[in-house]
Amino acid sequence: MNNVDLVIIGGGPAGLAAAVSARKAGVENLLILERDSELGGILNQCIHNGFGLHTFKEELTGPEYAARFIAQAQELHIPYKLNTMVLDLAADKTVTAMNKEDGLFQLHPKAVILAMGCRERPRGALNIPGYRPAGIYTAGTAQRLVNMEGYLPGRKVVILGSGDIGLIMARRMTLEGAQVQVVAELMPYSGGLKRNIVQCLDDFGIPLKLSHTVVDIQGKERVEGITLARVENGKPVPGTEEHYDCDTLLLSCGLLPENELSRAAGVALSPITSGPLVNESLETSIPGVFAAGNVLHVHDLVDYVSEEAGAAGAQAAAYLQNGEQDAPAIPVKCENGVRYTVPATVRPACAGDTITVRFRVGGVFKNKKIAVYLGDTCIFSRKRPVLAPGEMETVRLKGADLRAHPDASCLTVTLEEA
Amino acid sequence: METKKIELTCIGCPIGCPLTVTMENGAVASVTGNTCPRGDAYARKEVTAPTRIVTSTVRVSGGTLAMVSCKTRSDIPKGQIFDVVRALKDVEVSAPVAIGQVLAENAAGTGVDIIATKNVPVHA
Repeated sequence: MNNVDLVIIGGGPAGLAAAVSARKAGVENLLILERDSELGGILNQCIHNGFGLHTFKEELTGPEYAARFIAQAQELHIPYKLNTMVLDLAADKTVTAMNKEDGLFQLHPKAVILAMGCRERPRGALNIPGYRPAGIYTAGTAQRLVNMEGYLPGRKVVILGSGDIGLIMARRMTLEGAQVQVVAELMPYSGGLKRNIVQCLDDFGIPLKLSHTVVDIQGKERVEGITLARVENGKPVPGTEEHYDCDTLLLSCGLLPENELSRAAGVALSPITSGPLVNESLETSIPGVFAAGNVLHVHDLVDYVSEEAGAAGAQAAAYLQNGEQDAPAIPVKCENGVRYTVPATVRPACAGDTITVRFRVGGVFKNKKIAVYLGDTCIFSRKRPVLAPGEMETVRLKGADLRAHPDASCLTVTLEEA
Repeated sequence: METKKIELTCIGCPIGCPLTVTMENGAVASVTGNTCPRGDAYARKEVTAPTRIVTSTVRVSGGTLAMVSCKTRSDIPKGQIFDVVRALKDVEVSAPVAIGQVLAENAAGTGVDIIATKNVPVHA
């Protein structure tokens, strides 16, 4: 354990794919640290199907998708420690962790991959007035209770937020005998996939109320009801209040990358994604510290988490073999509705054959084209009939194109009229 | 002649085209609103023979977890989702459980087996 070259923090989909890729690229001494009692991360509670269409060309459930990567990690004899909590990551890459068997211990790896995933935005971050009665759960907590521990958290349910976990739980609670009365969404559009709206709400006749939010929670010991109101320009409209009797309120109001360790280490974070600012090699502001998956930016599809983490594993392996590549970096600018990009900077000399740029837009756009400029030269464009905040966009740029204009001072990702 | 219109949202891609299916005497006469052939195919299947994969959980005894996740091995008629879920209510299996293991045969008479989607080892 004392001569570990690469520590991977987190044994979910990102950590597993990163570890498999790093091992295949020749990293001998690596170690996955996982705080839960099994590998697989959040996939273990996502028992619905639809995972793996890109990676395995078939529709798997979450636990099945995880099992494929766990099997690969075991075949490659990748060591891991379960029930192990990483307490601190230092700027010199010292990892302080603890578990019951080893007690408190420190590792001094040459490289680290951050794969801690994300967590749900809790009630405390939503400013909903009312008491704090029992019966208010994040959708993911309810998912774990139902799917892994065998408890139904309530019988009469209202869901705030139309993210995919909320939609999936609307169906799951219904199948387990609960009555899901309504899903309310603050925004005028849903944050979830169309497929989930049809198969989780429409199939069961559950109404989706857009531009609505919870303005009151009734009940002192246990939730007894909630009040919804229509929202205009971000404010509830007086006179539009509607009361719903319920014993449970589920919250599906966004996911936040979990970067306490990154922050403590001094890794520079993006104010937009709350994830690390990385270059084209998925390397953070600390050389040798890489990031991938939902800790970097929240993904819609686990297939892209695995792909991104595979790239991070290969880049960590290259770092261990070749050391830090000293090459000039240019910033990636976002314009016309593009909210952020991963990577945030690009070193053309290190771009290899291709680089992947992932981004999200800030609203719903129709009949646009995605355009990428290196300085003033357009190096990529593609028509998109529709872009929405709930769908991550991916563009692949050729390394040769990025190196063709050495004087360019920035890369710009923008939307234009098609 | 009896004519009926059914409104659907296409799930083929993020556009989510609003589809209108016109039915005449129980058969699809036309599909409108779609922008590509996938919308047409989806609408025709959805109004004549909609099917779904059903995923759920059953109790497991002696395992590291209280529940094991499961799914129908193939898709079943949409109208029988609740029959299948009800048939799983009293199913309990013993650990260890392996992915792909049949947990219940011919669920609710659909002819489709329920298989495990997670490995649950024996609790030490």
